[in-house]
Amino acid sequence: MSAPNKSYDPVEVEALKPEAIERMRDQALAAIAAAADLDALTHVKTAHTGGTSPLALANREIGALPPHAKADAGKRVGQARGAVNQALAARQTELEAERDARVLAEETVDVTLPYDRRPAGARHPLTTLSDRIEDIFVAMGYEVAEGPEIEAEWFNFDALNFPPDHPARGPQDTFFVQDTEDPAALEESGVVLRTHTSPVQVRSLVTRDLPVYVICPGRVYRPDALDATHTPVFHQVELLAVDEGLTMADLKGTLDHMVVSLFGEGMTTRLRPNHFPFTEPSAEMDMLCYVCRGESVGNPDRPCRTCASEGWIELGGCGMVNPKVLIACGVDPEKYSGFAFGFGIERMLMFRHNVEDMRDIVEGDVRFTLPFGMEI
Amino acid sequence: MRVPLSWLREYVDLPAGATGRDVQAKLISAGLEVETVEQLGAGLAGPLVVGEVLTIEELEGFKKPIRFCTVDVGKANGTGDPQEIVCGARNFAVGDKVVVILPGGVLPGDFRIAARKTYGRVSHGMICSARELGMGDDHDGIIVLPPEHEAGTDAIALLELVDEVLDIAVTPDRGYALSMRGVAREAATAYGLPLRDPALLDVPAPNAIGYPVEVADPTGCDRFTARTVVGIDPGARSPIWLQRRLQKVGVRPISLAVDITNYVMFEVGQPLHAYDRSRLTGAIGVRRAEPGEKLTTLDGVERVLDPSDLVITDERGPIGLAGVMGGAHTEIAEFGEDSGTTEIVVEAAHFHPVSIARTARRHKLGSEASRRFERGTDPLATSAAAQRVVDLLVLLAGGHAEPGVTEIATPSQPRTITMAADHPDRVAGTVYGRETVVRRLQEIGCHVRGTYADGFTGTSGQEVDELIVTVPSWRPDLSYPNDLAEEVIRLEGYENLPSTLPRLPSGRGLTDGQLLRRRIGRALAGAGYAEAPSYPFVGTEVFDQLGLDGDDDRRRAVRLANPLYDTEPVLRTTMLPGLLATLRRNDGRGSHDLALFETGLVFLPKEGTKNGPARPPRLPVDRRPTADELAAVQAALPDQPRRAAVVLAGARERSGWWGAGHPETWADAIEAARTVAREANVELTVRQAQYAPYHPGRCAALYATDAADGTELLIGHAGELHPRVTKALGLPDRVSAMEVDLDLIERAGTGRVSGPRVSTFPVATQDVALVVDGTVPAAAVESALRDGAGDLLESLRLFDIFTGPQIGEGRKSLAYALRFRAPDRTLTAEEASAARDAAISAAAERTGAILRGA
Repeated sequence: MSAPNKSYDPVEVEALKPEAIERMRDQALAAIAAAADLDALTHVKTAHTGGTSPLALANREIGALPPHAKADAGKRVGQARGAVNQALAARQTELEAERDARVLAEETVDVTLPYDRRPAGARHPLTTLSDRIEDIFVAMGYEVAEGPEIEAEWFNFDALNFPPDHPARGPQDTFFVQDTEDPAALEESGVVLRTHTSPVQVRSLVTRDLPVYVICPGRVYRPDALDATHTPVFHQVELLAVDEGLTMADLKGTLDHMVVSLFGEGMTTRLRPNHFPFTEPSAEMDMLCYVCRGESVGNPDRPCRTCASEGWIELGGCGMVNPKVLIACGVDPEKYSGFAFGFGIERMLMFRHNVEDMRDIVEGDVRFTLPFGMEI
Repeated sequence: MRVPLSWLREYVDLPAGATGRDVQAKLISAGLEVETVEQLGAGLAGPLVVGEVLTIEELEGFKKPIRFCTVDVGKANGTGDPQEIVCGARNFAVGDKVVVILPGGVLPGDFRIAARKTYGRVSHGMICSARELGMGDDHDGIIVLPPEHEAGTDAIALLELVDEVLDIAVTPDRGYALSMRGVAREAATAYGLPLRDPALLDVPAPNAIGYPVEVADPTGCDRFTARTVVGIDPGARSPIWLQRRLQKVGVRPISLAVDITNYVMFEVGQPLHAYDRSRLTGAIGVRRAEPGEKLTTLDGVERVLDPSDLVITDERGPIGLAGVMGGAHTEIAEFGEDSGTTEIVVEAAHFHPVSIARTARRHKLGSEASRRFERGTDPLATSAAAQRVVDLLVLLAGGHAEPGVTEIATPSQPRTITMAADHPDRVAGTVYGRETVVRRLQEIGCHVRGTYADGFTGTSGQEVDELIVTVPSWRPDLSYPNDLAEEVIRLEGYENLPSTLPRLPSGRGLTDGQLLRRRIGRALAGAGYAEAPSYPFVGTEVFDQLGLDGDDDRRRAVRLANPLYDTEPVLRTTMLPGLLATLRRNDGRGSHDLALFETGLVFLPKEGTKNGPARPPRLPVDRRPTADELAAVQAALPDQPRRAAVVLAGARERSGWWGAGHPETWADAIEAARTVAREANVELTVRQAQYAPYHPGRCAALYATDAADGTELLIGHAGELHPRVTKALGLPDRVSAMEVDLDLIERAGTGRVSGPRVSTFPVATQDVALVVDGTVPAAAVESALRDGAGDLLESLRLFDIFTGPQIGEGRKSLAYALRFRAPDRTLTAEEASAARDAAISAAAERTGAILRGA
């Protein structure tokens, strides 16, 4: 290194001549551009910006210049080093991008691979459909009431105004628990598997304060052998409202609200007179076919499988609570009136979800249940 | 009830153009369930005429006998010449009148008739059978008509072949609709037309010279009418119109007398019975059967009678099951029998509905008569119905009525109902008005009187407008104001009801228990389980298959009196049989990696009872039962706790491109129980146990703490099934299961979680490996470590188990990761080590653990 020399002619310092600096810079830039990968670039960096690189050495010579020449030379060297560093950084970014692209490309996987490591489970659609129906009414202010499945005849029949000789009370229609006193007797025990969830209505009226607005979902039993449309164990949802001034129009409106909630806007229900011991007046309730909306009626070009081109789908039974039921539950029929309805979940599951065979619903085959997932 | 439209028109002048469909719609709207409208004679086209058989030539040489006939068809064939017809039937002779369809005619089913060559002759038409004409399936032979009909007469009109028949499903309360009279009344109301009531007949007054009748049970039979017709021509047959009407309502014509009683039953709704007087001995009686008494009914079955059966008797004993079926002995002779019936006693009675229903049910003997009596017939129609039978016997059988008219009747008052005039309005939620209410009630046959007599009442100052409604004798179902309201509302149209919503008080939403059950379902489904509800019916052999001890409580099951299958007579006491059957079914159908769950009730006889509940008291229905009465009923019911259960088979995690999976194990089953408990914020304590049906070395008893009183509750069990159980039940080799009591889990639930304080100071981690005897439960080591480590322990996790010669025979090494942290400072290495050492010494003290490598 040259020692500071005040008499030294700066022109004589070869390394600081403008052409020399330009040459150094150009050589560095060329080397940077030529660096093929990040390793090469590291070498280039050391060679052209390190402590022993020509530009670094030239920078040290500036001190040897007379004061008036220092600024000029310093600026030239500084600009050259700046250009080199900038080029280095740019090339660094460029090479890193290239490297990343290459490495990540090598890490490519087949994202279409299946992954059934732990397959999902599902709730049964009977459960989720029942939940859904409950939620409609809970949102309106109803509460969900429950009761036992082995039930006393008083709750299942007597309190509901079934006379002692009503055919539904026979062993053809009702499972009887064996009598402990007379095991051979068919229907003496006074205890049955509930044939509907109506005993829960009775229990609600007996135990709750008025007014009573409850929905009673649950399992019920009738001695029908399992086939494509029957099952001895099935599910019902029943509703009971007992309050002052309730009317059949309120029943109709409540049913309409339910079918709109379950099947969409524009849905409606139809009542047809019928007879049940526990309601008076009584009605059979139909809902507009949610598929054809009645358009298939008398229209052979557009037959509807869901409603057999009837335009309506039978839902279940309903009516105004028979005052005799209120009396048996200790409710004053002069002051209170009520409405009730009930229908089968299996049937609704069948027509709402195109299920053709009851056995698929009851047999527990996972191939049936899994597609229904968590909610319905 | 099948209602031919042509017959209906006899009582109501329905609009000429009204079709069966139109009438159906009107009646449905009025509340009669008209299920179908059958089109009789659809597609039938003439010429179809009466023919007289002139000659019959038997053709030989064919597989079956064939006749070549000539038939006089009058001018119907245009020429008047005999028509040549080939026929395969043989039940007719020369001179018989038959029904002939000529070429150009069409039979139902688009069967076009043309002259065609057959059996070597040309047949110009066809001689028809009842079946071919759509008149009913009960007759294969061709129809032979009474001789009075002239050849060439149009048979379509003669046989009333074109008609519409409404088929109505009659609900139990509307017995009156099991008659033309009742349906006609509804049709008349629906169309706003007058009704010609067939029961409005002139009936002679009762007298003492009729056939003697003694009613010993006026409750069972409050009305009995007997009439006698003599001089009956035993050869007289039912005219075509009568036969046709019976065929259309679905009854086979038998003999004139029987046909007439059937006809009047369908017309008026009153079942009738005709006795051959020559076969009666002494007075007719009505009483309950004697114990052991026997009767052979019309169907030829000898029946042992029950003392509560109501019977009709003569001097020698029972001659009929009242209201259900007559006896064979006094049966009217069939047409053509040697001892043809010439004198008939007609019975028209009113029986107690419940008595008839019981007898019909007891003897499994439903009949057209019992169907009507069970639903309640019109007690005031007996004499008119008997009169109608008498009239028809006189008209059609050449008989004449004896002047004796027997009528035994228990005096009764018509039923009246007092109802606020606006009651139907208040039930419906709309305003019909007094006038409409009164008019509608009158239309169904009620007599209505109004009253404002009471003036003002109570404090409301409202005028009471009451109606005093006398209900017609044919409507025993009308007893209460709501019954009348229903009549008004249905006649005004259910379809015209407004649609409103009640204003409800705010509800409290789902209960904690209901929410918990939903969460459990979602959690198990989220953990890969599929919900599989199963029937609760089980066979008792399943308890052996599960390996239960002879005195295991689960063998005490509620038994059904009438199980669907004798092989499954009891109700489940554990969820496992149903779930395992579902698992086996799935496995058999090719799904082998299975995780199933079910929540539901099990049925447990109460302590101290046998295999079922004691009889609950029969409570009244005219008042609310007392608390004691309700408690007594409740006490008679078995316990019905709610359970959750899972079963697992095959792979819990599958093998695949990601590597090896693993089969389900006992640990998955226990984890399922934890999953359930976690939803209730319940921590389970797991203990080694031996409990059927589980593997004796792979069974856990699961405990939790009662949130109310701190006692320990046995929640259930989990583990791998005993190999003998899987074998006995035909299950795959390894199956795991768990069953827990949800009611108990709910009781153990701690409710609200207290929010933990989260320290932001650094964690100090310490790993320890402890060697213990192989029989020491990991839970014991963990619990000792926790107790020893004190409050600074943030978490502890068992991350490895090692067995091998290095640590000694029968011993195991448990490796734990302990994480320490203080809420308020950074722990020093010394503090963390001291806590770790305290944990180790607690484990050493309580479980004999030795620090590995120490």
